[in-house]
Amino acid sequence: MNRLKYLQQREVLLGLMIVSLIVLVGLRAPVFLSVSSLSNLLTDSTLLIMLAVTQMFVIITRGIDLSVASNLALSGMMSALLASKFPDLPLLLIILVAITIGLGLGLINGYLIGYLGLPPIVVTLGTMSVYRGLVFVLSGGAWVSSHQMPAAFIAFPLSQLLGITHLVWIAVIVIAVMWYLAHYTHFGRDLYAIGNQPNAANYIGIPTPRRLFWTYGLSGLMAGLCGYLWVARYAVAYTEIAYGFEFTVIAACVIGGINIAGGAGTVSGAVLGSLFLAVINNALPIMKISPFWQSALTGVVILTAVMINARSNKKSSRQILPLQLLQKNAIRSST
Amino acid sequence: MTPSNNSSRYTIRDREDFQLKKIFSHWETLLAILFVAAFIVNSLVLPNFFDLHNLADGTFNFSEKALIALPMALLIICREIDISVSGILALCSVAMGLANSHGFPAYTLLFIAIFTGAACGSLNGLLVTRFALPSIVVTIGSVSLFRGLASVVLGDQAFTSYPQLLIDWGQGYFFDLIPRQFIVLLFFVVLFAILLHATSWGRRIYAIGNNPVAARFSGVAVDKYRFMLFTLTGAMAGLAAFFLTGRIGSTRPNIATGWELEIITMVILGGVSISGGAGTIIGVFLAVLTLGIVNYGMALANIPGIIMTIIVGILLLVTIALPRLMNLKKQRK
Repeated sequence: MNRLKYLQQREVLLGLMIVSLIVLVGLRAPVFLSVSSLSNLLTDSTLLIMLAVTQMFVIITRGIDLSVASNLALSGMMSALLASKFPDLPLLLIILVAITIGLGLGLINGYLIGYLGLPPIVVTLGTMSVYRGLVFVLSGGAWVSSHQMPAAFIAFPLSQLLGITHLVWIAVIVIAVMWYLAHYTHFGRDLYAIGNQPNAANYIGIPTPRRLFWTYGLSGLMAGLCGYLWVARYAVAYTEIAYGFEFTVIAACVIGGINIAGGAGTVSGAVLGSLFLAVINNALPIMKISPFWQSALTGVVILTAVMINARSNKKSSRQILPLQLLQKNAIRSST
Repeated sequence: MTPSNNSSRYTIRDREDFQLKKIFSHWETLLAILFVAAFIVNSLVLPNFFDLHNLADGTFNFSEKALIALPMALLIICREIDISVSGILALCSVAMGLANSHGFPAYTLLFIAIFTGAACGSLNGLLVTRFALPSIVVTIGSVSLFRGLASVVLGDQAFTSYPQLLIDWGQGYFFDLIPRQFIVLLFFVVLFAILLHATSWGRRIYAIGNNPVAARFSGVAVDKYRFMLFTLTGAMAGLAAFFLTGRIGSTRPNIATGWELEIITMVILGGVSISGGAGTIIGVFLAVLTLGIVNYGMALANIPGIIMTIIVGILLLVTIALPRLMNLKKQRK
């Protein structure tokens, strides 16, 4: 109970930090607080949020998915190529194709990690190179630019429903689904069990391989969906799409307090972590801070957040010395 | 000698028996075979492959990465990892550029690079040991810090006009044939192999990788080793920055992007276990050479570099999946 309270506190803290950051930036540059700017911020953060929320499931199983950005690029490129070759295809079909491709690529990871028991970091490092290379093979290194794609294909993510962009709606649905998955399904609860104590999870009959298989599948599926959304939103598909984005996604999770050693993490943490990064990225240009500082500041933020989060883990990782001290104290008190 | 002749119940030999089968089950042997096979195939298929000068020049492609792969292997054996090496390299190169533009003598640039690298590495080490943080998280954060600082200094500029000394070491040859970088790499391969395999220092790294808690209880200063290895990795990244800057003669913001993954791939392909405690320097070196030969052959055949990433990725996956698949088959029988 105590621990749950602490977790809640951390997310409240992060939420407060985001709000105060927005207000602080707003004081320096009032433009930042305008509705259009804030809704821009929201739209900008959606892709990161969706990817971070699924990455959270991977990380709580003690895994990591480095291939998300490459998967995103590959499924994005394939949907762009499909749309440009067959402009008459219905949009829904194209989105479904992108999702299916992403799912397939994710399940390859899932098979290697779940059923063959290979280390996630190595597997996804390998598939990351393969998927990224395949983008080049498929496109021949050429760009698919906005005029080659049908108008409906490009318009979808930013067109609005009830004054809010489709991107935001999709992100809200994704967050709700993932939250339900994490809290109320066997699938989600099993993942926490696997991350906390893999052996115990096996003994109580959790089908670890199957769970991991679908966890990486889920991560791939989301990468596929985001692949389409990314390509359509920025109206261009090229080999280097989302290059290095996997680290941003993992950073968002880490800032959101998701324990990289597995077993702990919440959907709201992942969302808040992504929002935090998005606020910083959007605020820097408005604060007229040179874009060259952006990466350095992001690095400082990540390291600081990790250090703050680490205070809760410290006890368990410092067992070695205190144990000796305890023994000494025990001897002293007994004599 | 049969056990029955012995007075004691068990015979404990100082050395294992020589077994051909055992040799072939070593990852290093397989790598060596792969290397020779790649070499032969390339020489048969490509007319200009077996040209001593070309081959020697081919080593330029991997020498710098391999210099970082050596300490990275030690880190991974010790259950840690450093994602930030390419950021460190960029920052070291920028530090050299700054020093150079302020008129520092050419030979000091080497020390500036190594010192900057060691400083970055010790920051990683400090965060990992003092705050008990997982190294993958720390280095994901610090890579954007290091590369960010590099781009803050650089802006949209580039440092050029490096002194001749750097260019000599980056592009020069010994005996007009073997690139200097490669000789330096060979030196460090021998040094690291001795350190890891023939000293108690090296044995302790294996001990930490196998079981950090047990290592601590047997008197190994685990955190001191971790800190040292991160600093060492940073320093080697600084050395690599010296060579790379000399070779391309300039410092640009995107210098060495994506190298961390190539370097980690080299190490894992070399048979170092990502879960720690296993791996050899000779394996890493063989993996470096094999990748180098394949890369060089593909370059000669005019195959784009990005196809190479696919091949490396598949190689990595097959490498780790194959033993597991064979084991599964055995179990089913």
